[in-house]
Amino acid sequence: MARYDRAITVFSPDGHLFQVEYALEAVRKGNAAVGVRGTDIVVLGVEKKSTAKLQDSRTVRKIVNLDDHIALACAGLKADARVLINRARIECQSHRLTVEDPVTVEYITRYIAGLQQKYTQSGGVRPFGLSTLIVGFDPYTGIPSLYQTDPSGTFSAWKANATGRNSNSIREFLEKNYKETSGQETIKLAIRALLEVVESGGKNIEVAVMTKEHGLRQLDEAEIDAIAAEIEAEKAAAEAAKKAPPKET
Amino acid sequence: MECVFGLVGNGFAIVAADTSAVHSILVHKSNEDKIMILDSHKLIAASGESGDRVQFTEYIQKNVALYQFRNGIPLTTAAAANFTRGELATALRKNPYFVNILLAGYDKETGPSLYYIDYIATLHKVDKGAFGYGSYFSLAMMDRHYHSGMTVEEAIDLVDKCIMEIRSRLVVAPPNFVIKIVDKDGAREYAWRESVKDAEVASA
Repeated sequence: MARYDRAITVFSPDGHLFQVEYALEAVRKGNAAVGVRGTDIVVLGVEKKSTAKLQDSRTVRKIVNLDDHIALACAGLKADARVLINRARIECQSHRLTVEDPVTVEYITRYIAGLQQKYTQSGGVRPFGLSTLIVGFDPYTGIPSLYQTDPSGTFSAWKANATGRNSNSIREFLEKNYKETSGQETIKLAIRALLEVVESGGKNIEVAVMTKEHGLRQLDEAEIDAIAAEIEAEKAAAEAAKKAPPKET
Repeated sequence: MECVFGLVGNGFAIVAADTSAVHSILVHKSNEDKIMILDSHKLIAASGESGDRVQFTEYIQKNVALYQFRNGIPLTTAAAANFTRGELATALRKNPYFVNILLAGYDKETGPSLYYIDYIATLHKVDKGAFGYGSYFSLAMMDRHYHSGMTVEEAIDLVDKCIMEIRSRLVVAPPNFVIKIVDKDGAREYAWRESVKDAEVASA
């Protein structure tokens, strides 16, 4: 098997591209990221590993905007992310210049995924070690979207998804609890999902919200703490309600 | 025949440009907006070869936007002016752009500013500037009446004086002008000065 991880362009006998699978492993080691699509809002949340005391946390932005109406969060190799994000930002402006239209979410996702795929079929390069969650609004219809790409270059649209560490548990949670929401409810759902695998508190998660009118807005720590507290209270109330019924019989 | 001029006032910069799109003896349209809003606090008034004008200013606009996405903060007016001038200079000895530009902007730290950038990549920071045949008249007018720290009303009055002078003294004077202003609240259209409106289509 060792012979088949060498050149990326080589298939193994049982049809695997090992380098791509190893890249997916790198993603699985990256911090958790979750995205939820509402009717009028899209929310991205990313786990923040505890920042070193001497580090200026403002310079570590995990949720970035690609254009006024598109934002991206990712899990995996952050240095690879910088390269992809830069290319995507250039493409957003280039598209505006050549066709006088802002990109659609699907277009820029297809572009990023195409880029990721190119690096699985070239000699002497390795794949990008990251999966991205791309959110945004269609510039004309105003319909919100959430897309995910991965190192193999596949992409698809989602109502809600997670990537990175413990993404399976988060996705299970989302599958159980997802329903069409809007505004604050969507934000709460995203934070609840992320808190399944991350220690509670505004210090440990970064959340950003995108609306058609106001573009991307990063939530500050106080806001996240407040919502997390609400979620805790709701959980406690639900626990109490579960315990209460036997007494009423 | 294209007239572009501008000046810096008290906490604002104002630019005016004619709005005629001309091809030899034909006037294509007389409401062509030649002052592009580069970003929230910058205006770029351009005159010259019409293809180059649009292509070049749009290219600058998209690169200014890209800088903002990459770096999280917008370019200063001075930086944008130097970038624009650099692009003109690079293209000059290969494939020059025939565009003359007045770049007006407002920065929180340094206030309003106006930059004169001509098609061979000259860059000057100025209080007042003008391009085209109209400049003979508007510069003279501004030299006479301009003083630093003008109010918006005084500046508009001066702009109107310049437009009047151009209309009366330039042989093929453009009929209509657009005036745009940039201050702490952003870049926006201020007014049009029309002496010829596009004729309404007669009903059958």
